[in-house]
Amino acid sequence: MKRGMIDFWVGLFAAAGIAALLFLALQVSSSSSLPATSSYELSADFENIGGLKPRAPIKSAGVVVGRVSSISFDNERYVAKVEMAIDSRYHFSKDSSAEILTSGLLGEQYIGITPGADEKNLVNGDRFKVTSSAIVLEQLISRFLFSQGDKANNSEQ
Amino acid sequence: MLFNFFSRLGAPLTNVLIKLGFACRFLIAIVRHSGSCLLRPQLTMREIWFAGVLSVLIISVSGLFVGMVLALQGYDTLQRFGASSSLGILVALSLVRELGPVVAALLFASRAGSAITAEIGLMKTTEQLSAMEMMAVNPIARVVAPRFWGGVISMPLLAAIFSAMGIFGGYLVGVHLLGLDDGSFWSQMQGAVDFRLDVMNGIIKSVFFGFAVSLIAVFEGYDAPPTAEGVSRATTRTVVTSSLVILALDFILTAFMFRGV
Amino acid sequence: MNLLEFQNVSFSYAENQILRDVSLSVRRGQLVAIMGGSGSGKTTLLKLIGGQLQAQQGAVWLDGQDVGQLNEHDLYQMRRKLGMLFQFGALFTDLSVFDNVAFPLRERTQLPESMIKDLVLMKLEAVGLRGAAQQMPHELSGGMARRVALARAIALDPAVMLYDEPFTGLDPISLATVGKLIRELNDALGTASIVVTHDVAESLAIVDYVYFLADGCVVAEGTPAEVKASTHPFVQQFINARPDGPLPFHKPAAPYAEQLGLS
Repeated sequence: MKRGMIDFWVGLFAAAGIAALLFLALQVSSSSSLPATSSYELSADFENIGGLKPRAPIKSAGVVVGRVSSISFDNERYVAKVEMAIDSRYHFSKDSSAEILTSGLLGEQYIGITPGADEKNLVNGDRFKVTSSAIVLEQLISRFLFSQGDKANNSEQ
Repeated sequence: MLFNFFSRLGAPLTNVLIKLGFACRFLIAIVRHSGSCLLRPQLTMREIWFAGVLSVLIISVSGLFVGMVLALQGYDTLQRFGASSSLGILVALSLVRELGPVVAALLFASRAGSAITAEIGLMKTTEQLSAMEMMAVNPIARVVAPRFWGGVISMPLLAAIFSAMGIFGGYLVGVHLLGLDDGSFWSQMQGAVDFRLDVMNGIIKSVFFGFAVSLIAVFEGYDAPPTAEGVSRATTRTVVTSSLVILALDFILTAFMFRGV
Repeated sequence: MNLLEFQNVSFSYAENQILRDVSLSVRRGQLVAIMGGSGSGKTTLLKLIGGQLQAQQGAVWLDGQDVGQLNEHDLYQMRRKLGMLFQFGALFTDLSVFDNVAFPLRERTQLPESMIKDLVLMKLEAVGLRGAAQQMPHELSGGMARRVALARAIALDPAVMLYDEPFTGLDPISLATVGKLIRELNDALGTASIVVTHDVAESLAIVDYVYFLADGCVVAEGTPAEVKASTHPFVQQFINARPDGPLPFHKPAAPYAEQLGLS
């Protein structure tokens, strides 16, 4: 094996390896976690977060604008405190509301932001004033059953 | 005192510890004598060719088949839950996180690791290493270190090729054989696979495996008794020890990387 | 002046005594044979000279340096003065004949490639194998491989040459060729050479002085003429290749009859 040939094959091998890596990077995966430098932190309190997980997406009008960075329990007010990292390209007005939604009937849960009309925007460290909690399917079903039962009682009377 | 305690635990354990100590000393010697590899990349090039380039074919073909099997099996299971469109996620995540690094490393150990052990062992048996020493050329710098680094460099590239080929195989089966939608196959995969957490962690794993397999291969070769039987046993030991170490390391690394998420 | 000298050297592997109180000396230009049966410690002797082993007692002097006292760096410097021919040549199987001979030059000198080429062709010419430069070691016969290894050993013009069983496994013609080469190279380069061997006829024809080694001790020494005339029983047994003598045919064992259960 001549030296030139070895260099050629090793070069080809390295190129193939890097091409495979690029394929994995560009075609197979996406950099979903935003870099810390280009995001700002917002928080929101929820009475019930349902099945929300860290790294869950935050969407506004269906577009991913950030990620949930941490979830903790506030032991004084007995609510769930959710910290979010929002892409610094996007801004929301002070009276925007955050709600926990589910993609599809049984899909993953995410936070949806509905923009408000205030002229001032939320800045790093701010908190969403208006929130609505996750819809827990069991509660929904039991509420429905109870209301059906009430209806039945009413019509009997 | 401590030694007595261990020898009461049994000779096998003592032998393992002695060997482990020797391997650590050997690793330090390799690192100390790695300067020549940097000064003369030609030496390492030849070993990358030997360990890496010659393994590409078996790695690509195995990767392709593993991906195709994953797609067939995964489709069968996912279909029962009506989630067959998630097939891309299943194939990509299993390959990138787990199967790519691990299976590529196992193949690498049996294809390149055993060859390295046999080569160094035979060089020792035929006094080539002694001859080098007598010519005032350090065999660790000239023979061992280039093979070690050649293996370390080749392994992550091979693992990436394996994963890429596997995903391509999954795509062939999923989209062209089972008739899934082309676009949703890729977009679902992209949405669920994270570059840093999944792809990079897989690559980091393969770097660890590369270190482990290369060290075991050169060590077993250098440590082999200079007889035909000694070399053949050392070659077998390389494959067996490497496989065990790969799987054990995989567990440890997985526990570190993916537990928090 | 003695280029190489052993002063009362003793060496043992664990409890296995290999060399006992060995003293010998080799001058510049002298070709010395060390003879002895298998396992008499001949190869150990060579390893002591190369510094691959260290004597427990006594000293090995090479060109005024005590080999046993050198640190790793000095030892590597010292080995530049040594050339060694291994038993089966120990050619690097992945390199061509040319690259084998060029190996010590490339590794140990900063010479430009054109000069290395000239030197390699000179060395190969000296052993008569310039025509085999592009062949691989596995394409060579045993005798040719031995000669290539010889060319490689003299590549750096060593002061001391060591030959480990240079005649083993060679046909009579190759054997005579290698013997003649050893003598000629020794005279041409003015080296001090040690030939470790058990080939009596060939070595007595070429060497200046002979040491007989048995059980790790020097039992007899002299010039070839003295040795041939010697009445020393061991020398007689060795030169005339008698199966029994001071070196017994039987390995010491329990009485035969007793082991067979006859007594």
